[in-house]
Amino acid sequence: MLNQQGRPTAAGAGEQSARATFTSNRGLQMEEALIFEIGRRDVSGVDLDEPEAFSSRLGAHARVGEIGLPGLSEPETVRHYVRLSQKNYAIDSGLYPLGSCTMKHNPRLNEAMARLPGFADIHPLQPQSSVPGALALMDELSHWLLVLTNMEAVAMSPKAGAHGELCGMAAIKTAIDARGEGATRRIVLVPESAHGTNPATAASIGFEVKAVPAGADGKVHPDAVRALMGPDVAAIMLTNPNTCGLFETEIVEIAQILHEGGGYFYCDGANFNAIVGKARPGDLGVDAMHINLHKTFSTPHGGGGPGSGPVVLSARLAPFAPVPFLRRDGERLALVEHEEGTSSLGRLTAFHGQMGMFVRALSYILSHGADGLKQASEDAVLNANYVRACLADVMSLPFGNKPCMHEVLFDDSWLKDTGVTTLDFAKAMIDEGYHPMTMYFPLVVHGAMLIEPTESESRAALDLFIMTLRDLAMSALRGETERFIGAPYLAPRRRLDETRAARSPILRWVKPMRVE
Amino acid sequence: MSETRYTKDHEYIRLEGDIATIGITDFAQKQLGDVVYVELPEAGLAFVKGAQAAVVESVKAASEVYAPVSGDVTEVNSALEGAPAIVNEDPAGAGWFMKMRIHDASEFNDLMDEAAYQAFVQSCC
Repeated sequence: MLNQQGRPTAAGAGEQSARATFTSNRGLQMEEALIFEIGRRDVSGVDLDEPEAFSSRLGAHARVGEIGLPGLSEPETVRHYVRLSQKNYAIDSGLYPLGSCTMKHNPRLNEAMARLPGFADIHPLQPQSSVPGALALMDELSHWLLVLTNMEAVAMSPKAGAHGELCGMAAIKTAIDARGEGATRRIVLVPESAHGTNPATAASIGFEVKAVPAGADGKVHPDAVRALMGPDVAAIMLTNPNTCGLFETEIVEIAQILHEGGGYFYCDGANFNAIVGKARPGDLGVDAMHINLHKTFSTPHGGGGPGSGPVVLSARLAPFAPVPFLRRDGERLALVEHEEGTSSLGRLTAFHGQMGMFVRALSYILSHGADGLKQASEDAVLNANYVRACLADVMSLPFGNKPCMHEVLFDDSWLKDTGVTTLDFAKAMIDEGYHPMTMYFPLVVHGAMLIEPTESESRAALDLFIMTLRDLAMSALRGETERFIGAPYLAPRRRLDETRAARSPILRWVKPMRVE
Repeated sequence: MSETRYTKDHEYIRLEGDIATIGITDFAQKQLGDVVYVELPEAGLAFVKGAQAAVVESVKAASEVYAPVSGDVTEVNSALEGAPAIVNEDPAGAGWFMKMRIHDASEFNDLMDEAAYQAFVQSCC
């Protein structure tokens, strides 16, 4: 069967491993149903006595029929979750060209620190006087984040990047309201290459978004900003290095244009990993920037743990930081929990932020030291440029073969007339055992392929990755389209039908009929 | 007798009398890929030229559709809500987005004709 892009969605002619099996398992790759679809109602991990006679007071509210809990023994439960975990391609199983954009290597030292009972076994509702160590750790992490960014204040409570954006833009809105310009400064400038969260954040705060066109070199030019700047502009949201993997060289002038016009400069810190120890946002004119601890400071994310997105603020925005924040009174640290009597924008979350991630991020910072953090940034940039230099003769670079930052962006012009698309190329990478890179983003580049190896890959790992991509590229250029349009051949599932999934999504699980 | 003009945002405007039928071009639907959702304005709304009037979402991207001329929406193609694939199958015909009663014919005349649009597509993309 073909999906709506004309690609096979199931095993069929030409497949390299088409033989069906009795169990539906493929070798040691298990076909795993949902936990509610396996097991039996009469099986349980524990033996419970039959309840004694009782009279129910639930009346008409008593449940009729099955409660629907899965019935598995302990070993069956363990196997179910281990099998699911083995289906996950992760940073711990191989090179992950999405890079720090998703998550980079989580050093195991961080995990050991986060499991220290003094950090792991405390509760956010404990009296502050009983957790001076946790407060001191937050204070020390805050200190180093401010040193690395040269900013005035940091809000620790935001839970991830987009939440950090909301925090920073809310601080800007509060500052503008405090100036009495809330009704007139309503526009936020966002470059075309921005992360989608930027315009979404500005709009959800109530701002109107205006796009700043990208220059032919992939960067934002001061003239383009100047043309849009006016007394109605509240802020610009700019990512540096930008999503094309390029350093915005005119960032200081852009900040000046905003400041002279009475606006603020929000920097999306998603790509901070490229410049830690090399450039400080405070020196570039930034007023607010979120720091994704899981991107830059190696904390786990997704299945591994919650995100964390502290926001650093300039002196102009510091008075509007959200509560709670730390205040030092002599030797004693205390969390200021209520905004009364302050100019704070208010509260964003129930508690003070992701304590476990704070421990890991500080562990990363202290174990690397100033020289180590700087080297990590340099190695991240070096690795991306190594990939660029080794692939530039076969794949095409939209802005010329010039140095990039921590990620290298290819477009699909080199695939023109081959019949192979960026998506096909990415699917063929899965057959070779690699998770695909970021595809079709940023939107300013046609058929984008954005590769971020991060600093943790060895030369040998990069060489194998590069040789694999070269082999695939030469294959595409030789016209071996079969390898691509049928891919993935070897993954547990063939090509999914994205169009059908988007047009008619199944949003409700329906219990399958059980054959007794 | 109808006349068709085009915008740089890859919309077409087919004018019959003072009623303009607006949709996206075949080039635009090819670039977007499979369209999965179309959000249309309500009939009766007035738009100035350049205002965001509709949203089209594909497997690759979500894009705004701007009013190519100023006018009042007289009718929208509600068939697209249940069957967005029509935009891919027949963008110039059954896949139209909305009809507008235009305010100013000169705005229409300023847009690109077929030859100019084809040249624009050749040069830009």
